[in-house]
Amino acid sequence: MEILNDLMNYLPAAIVAIGGLVVMMQDGYKVKSRTIYSTTMIFLGLALVVATHDLFFAERSELFSGMALSGGTAAYGTFIVVFGAFFTVILTHDYLIGVKHNFPQVYPLLMFCTVGMITLATANDLVTVFVGLETMSICLYALAGIIRDKRLGVESALKYFIMGAFSTGFFLYGIALLYGATGYTRLEEIGAFTDGGLIYWGGVSLLMVGFFFKVSAVPFHMWTPDVYTGSPTTIAAFMATAAKTATFVALVLVLERALPFAAEQLVGTFSVIAIMTMILGNVVALVQDNVKRMLAYSSIAHVGYLFVGLAAGTVEAYSAVLFYLLAYTFMNVGAFGVIAYYEKNHDVHFNNVESYSGLGYQQPIMAVLLSIFLFSLAGIPISAGFNAKLLVFAAAVDAGLIALVVIGVLASAASAYYYLRVMVYLYMREPKEVVTLIQPKLVYSVSLVLLAGLTLYFGVMVGDVMSMLNSFFAVSEAATAAAP
Amino acid sequence: MFEQYLPIIVLIGIAVTLALVLMLISRLIGPHRPNAPKLRPYESGMDPVGDAKERYSVSFYMVAMEFIVFDLEIVFIYPWAVRYQELGFGTFWAVMVFLSILTLGLFYTLKKESKSFEMTKTK
Repeated sequence: MEILNDLMNYLPAAIVAIGGLVVMMQDGYKVKSRTIYSTTMIFLGLALVVATHDLFFAERSELFSGMALSGGTAAYGTFIVVFGAFFTVILTHDYLIGVKHNFPQVYPLLMFCTVGMITLATANDLVTVFVGLETMSICLYALAGIIRDKRLGVESALKYFIMGAFSTGFFLYGIALLYGATGYTRLEEIGAFTDGGLIYWGGVSLLMVGFFFKVSAVPFHMWTPDVYTGSPTTIAAFMATAAKTATFVALVLVLERALPFAAEQLVGTFSVIAIMTMILGNVVALVQDNVKRMLAYSSIAHVGYLFVGLAAGTVEAYSAVLFYLLAYTFMNVGAFGVIAYYEKNHDVHFNNVESYSGLGYQQPIMAVLLSIFLFSLAGIPISAGFNAKLLVFAAAVDAGLIALVVIGVLASAASAYYYLRVMVYLYMREPKEVVTLIQPKLVYSVSLVLLAGLTLYFGVMVGDVMSMLNSFFAVSEAATAAAP
Repeated sequence: MFEQYLPIIVLIGIAVTLALVLMLISRLIGPHRPNAPKLRPYESGMDPVGDAKERYSVSFYMVAMEFIVFDLEIVFIYPWAVRYQELGFGTFWAVMVFLSILTLGLFYTLKKESKSFEMTKTK
């Protein structure tokens, strides 16, 4: 049975999908929330094990008659997504209990969302990309407003939905035009076309606009700060890491396989968007007092750094972008996790940076963890964030984009101000009011410590990942060269 | 190329003519005893005049969800059934997986629906 064989190679997605259905039925039959959480963790843990195995041992192949891929970048994307989902569920469980809104519906939604992301990261056909993107987005719209009686949450969900539906229109029209120009939706087959005239370029531009919306690149970033601020904090972490990773893996794959010709022509576009995104993200983040909103603008800035890699467009640059996504997932889930911990039992206004005054000496572990994550986000050495930025900028210099890198480094230097500002408040200001933080749960602290450990580990050991990522692209180039 | 659309145009013509003829016959030979409710536009039993921003019972939402379940089912099942001979036995299992997932969704909405109907009853 070919389909069974394909399913075996697509096991992480299958496990998460079955898990999502099981958890959904548990919710329907009113099983205790605690049991639902445990079931979710079992299925996601299993999927994480399989995804890790696939990452190292899976062979590159096409599944479901060429609609999806396994191994290589697909396995890498799957690993990051499942990893992000696993830690998001741990943090979300604790967070929702903390804010006294424990909706069990959040677990099936998170799992279906993960399935969509895996589909997106493993797609080999524009139709699969679209299906994955929509499965992911629809679940994210619901997750953004999961706390139904919070006005900001509902507002952010509605905003996200309207903007997302709008961008989907662009995306779908782009696919339709590309199909019209080339007659294919399969990525390599579109890649065989070098220039299809006006329809081809119209399709490419609309497809790119759809992608830019989803990854929130300037000038398509307007929804990001509001949605991240309004959503439950841990869900915002999920949106900023796993969702962006899946979309970027798909974007890199589309650029590398389907539009290699267009990617060369689009260097200017990517450079301009990278410059705008880096400058706007960092400059606006400078004046934010709300820490969550600051992290939202910082995530826009990080998209800018990723676009520097896309503009370079070499194999090394694409590998560096993929490594950046891994590093960003570790440090950003961690940073949002600590903020979610501080926020618990408090209202939205507790996200104001002034309310962090003097909290560094209460629960010192949490403050140290937040410092590690923020140092890494700022790109200070011995952290994954530093290596990620270094690799992306180095690849861009090799590709001759010196001016772009200079702007990137300057913007990155400015970003240190708003990251370090949080730490200044944590350690160097007297508290205005007495806030007693609760003892964090053991699982919560352990998972954050693990994330911090990985952040530091990939600040040192970067060679193995990079050689693995380079091999992904090397094999794919050899395969495309041998194909015709 | 327009010849192949001729049957459709004929069909539309027959439909329009038939509707007009039937209305004409009922106008000619039917009894006419109009009253206020009869003359109102038909709006599925609801009051046709009033604020458009009306609040519905949440149970309607569940019914709509179930409609979506069956609607999707027919969209995928029908083309598959028509082409089954060519597609082969492998697709049978693919469709069975799809159907079982939909059935789970149906059970989920039924469970939720019973809850929402309870809510309306106690009100």
